[in-house]
Amino acid sequence: MAILREQVLHVAQLARLALTDEEVERFTRQLGAILDAVGKVAELDLADVEPTAHPLDLVNVWRADEPRPSLAADDALANAPAREQGAFRVPPRRA
Amino acid sequence: MNRWEPVIGLEIHVHLKTRTKMFCACAVEYGAEPNTLTCPVCLGHPGTLPVPNARAVEWTVKLGLALGCEIAAHAVFHRKNYFYPDLAKGYQISQYDEPLCRDGRFLVPTAEGELEVGIVRAHLEEDAAKIVHVGGAGGRIGGADYSLVDYNRAGTPLVEIVTRPDLRSADDARRFLQLLRQTIVELGISDAEMEKGTLRADANISVRRAGDTGLRTRTELKNMNSFSFIARGIEAELARQVEVWESGGEVVQQTYDFHADTGALTARRTKEEAEDYRYFPEPDLVPLSPPPELVEPVRRQLPELPGARVGRLRADLDFEAATGLVTSGRDRLFEAVVAAGGEPRPTANVLMNQFATAGVDPAAVEADEFAKLIAARDRIPRDTFLRAVAESGRPGFAAEPYLAEAAISDTDALAPLVERVLAENPKQVASYRGGKEGVLGFFVGQVMRETRGKADPKVVNELVREKLRA
Repeated sequence: MAILREQVLHVAQLARLALTDEEVERFTRQLGAILDAVGKVAELDLADVEPTAHPLDLVNVWRADEPRPSLAADDALANAPAREQGAFRVPPRRA
Repeated sequence: MNRWEPVIGLEIHVHLKTRTKMFCACAVEYGAEPNTLTCPVCLGHPGTLPVPNARAVEWTVKLGLALGCEIAAHAVFHRKNYFYPDLAKGYQISQYDEPLCRDGRFLVPTAEGELEVGIVRAHLEEDAAKIVHVGGAGGRIGGADYSLVDYNRAGTPLVEIVTRPDLRSADDARRFLQLLRQTIVELGISDAEMEKGTLRADANISVRRAGDTGLRTRTELKNMNSFSFIARGIEAELARQVEVWESGGEVVQQTYDFHADTGALTARRTKEEAEDYRYFPEPDLVPLSPPPELVEPVRRQLPELPGARVGRLRADLDFEAATGLVTSGRDRLFEAVVAAGGEPRPTANVLMNQFATAGVDPAAVEADEFAKLIAARDRIPRDTFLRAVAESGRPGFAAEPYLAEAAISDTDALAPLVERVLAENPKQVASYRGGKEGVLGFFVGQVMRETRGKADPKVVNELVREKLRA
């Protein structure tokens, strides 16, 4: 298997996901299959191939430093679960 | 037993003063109403795409060149993943193993010669939102009832500079930072004000036996918002570590906050899990490859840097004065005044004291006029001189009218005044003649007051002695 149960639990913890035992079992199997498939690439001799950070053959896509209007605060806050004094009100970090 | 040697490296964050954010066209402003400088990109709405700010890239290149770095032919943005409301996307766009600038060196003049500080890297990233914790124990994270998030700062451009652990004292660290700050300010890329948070520094600190080459466990010191706090914080942490080792203990890798008001260090709560940011190349951005037509003009136009100028001033001044002038931005005026005939040492003294106190902008001062003032400083009354220094930045300032208020050193004019003061204070005259020579100062003071400070104190002194002998 290309991935261990502990690694799945670790990734779930980082993603703040609470998984049932059955889900841990299933995802370990499914993620393992995906990693095995991707692992095929490792069978090739890639010694002369440059690593690719991006599939597009482009560099330096950027913009001039010119401001454009921002959203009105009311619109920016439209999706906020709660607001207070013009700010997004969020739960505290759990101690 | 060998003494302990401090090993210090710094991580510095610098806010670029671009007009817009790093990956969107929202304006960058301080003190705006909360959440009035946001858009779907910096709020992390699904389906939005970042586009880098070309000027931020250019300025990072400029800083990299000033730090003697290699500019990468190929640089990549990475995602640094973590969950915290200060970044709505769930990740910060930063740089990882392919930063824009790497392998530089920065020379810091010290009294003992030049200190070379290696620069590991300088990379570009976005800043996070500002969070205010409400309720609980005094607005601290732990125990807060809730938090308020203002995304105006989210996505603003930030350069992170990482030094090698080449600093060997708290004082070196402070000097390095002051010179780095002045360099950044002169490059015109940031205000770099610690009080405003546009320059922030963290220190990685360890100690070892002098002569050892290996490194012992280090700790990280955060939360220092002035140059003197940084020096004091590092001193405190060095002392703590030495005590731990000497008492047979072991330094534990930890992050500490320094509280300048009490001088205390407090350890941050250790996270249960080691940080795991799962960096990977940002798929929404193509790589950067700063072309020669961007890099070379910046390299050619790089101004003479503060470090080099400190070296030049050492011909005329001691190390402290030279550094003080450069890191306060007054060295160019100093050189111009000296070129116009001002004596170096008095010029430096006045610039670092009375001139600094008056808060005059050095760029606004006419060096020729200032040199005249320096030359006449002992001939004109003290308060006239101070007034002239304070006014020296005014447009059209001329020294002449102040010089005209030459101190009254005319014995004929002062003699009647001295006689009157003596006549009005017979008791003091008697005690002087009885051997209490200290009373002399009293008489001189009285005469100075009568002339509203305009008398030449040396002449008055002589005159008083003479009259008392009579």
